[in-house]
Amino acid sequence: MRAKIFISFKEGVLDPQGKAVERSLHTLGYREVQDVRVGKYLEIELEAASRETAQARIREMCDKLLANPVIEDYRFEIEAEKPSGVSGQPKTGPKAES
Amino acid sequence: MRWGVIVFPGSCDDHDVYDCLKLVLKQKVEFLWHKDTLNRNLDCVVLPGGFSYGDYLRCGAMGRFSPIMQGVVDFAKRGGLVLGICNGFQTLCEAGLLPGALVRNISLQFVCRPVYLRVEETDTPFTSAAKKGQLLRMPVKHGEGCYYADELTLERLAKNRQILLRYVDSKGHPTPAANPNGSLDNIAGVCNEDRNVFGLMPHPEDAGEKILGSEDGLKIFSSIIAACGKQESKAWRA
Repeated sequence: MRAKIFISFKEGVLDPQGKAVERSLHTLGYREVQDVRVGKYLEIELEAASRETAQARIREMCDKLLANPVIEDYRFEIEAEKPSGVSGQPKTGPKAES
Repeated sequence: MRWGVIVFPGSCDDHDVYDCLKLVLKQKVEFLWHKDTLNRNLDCVVLPGGFSYGDYLRCGAMGRFSPIMQGVVDFAKRGGLVLGICNGFQTLCEAGLLPGALVRNISLQFVCRPVYLRVEETDTPFTSAAKKGQLLRMPVKHGEGCYYADELTLERLAKNRQILLRYVDSKGHPTPAANPNGSLDNIAGVCNEDRNVFGLMPHPEDAGEKILGSEDGLKIFSSIIAACGKQESKAWRA
């Protein structure tokens, strides 16, 4: 399975990087831009027996390491690695015998 | 007393702290590799500045999971003195030993310059050798030193007098211009509620000799030495 994780600053936390991007967009003429927040995006490939297990594990990873609850919020999506209907070998090659 | 200076992969001020303690203050000091367990005979553990684990993900985010950190948490819980400087401060915040977090400087630039600090509280093992309101001159050198905490935490810090150092101008005023990184309330250093864990962004170890431009950093280390001299039962050496 694959988890797509989005980490962003909590409201109230200064985001000078976002401000700098906002100023650049204004300079380029995109006057409609009201606010820019720069965050992080992570993709994690993982093995999990079920979607629920994957969710629980990813939540734990976010709480422990990936996000800092003092300054950041996170959300994530879990998707099956291969869209259904697409056949073929796993891209890492045949699995080792267990 | 015995000092330990933790060496993380990416620490770069470990030797500065070591030299300041050993050569200037004639202290017993040893390096502690981050994969080791914490020596139980220490009185003060220092987490030095640098870029542990390359500052990947967030500053201090991975350093806090180094094997030695569990020992540091236990040591702090037993009342042992823990000092975090710069990256060490970031790591202590990430580990939850200190409140708040340090984020990107508001200027987006790395700052490297001397600053004035005002000593706000002196009833701690880290500042007792200074006078309340005294100004100390030390360098800062960081890209992510902007102190942030939510309002509730800031209120609690003020109420418990946990803010030990503020960035000020040469006259002692905490002005925006004197704030090198955009820290809330000009906060340069905070301690925990029990007052045995202290983190600061400026570098006392780089202000320990006249030739470096200032000896004011010694106030921090000599406070710790005095506190450990007074302490009769060293409960943290469990």
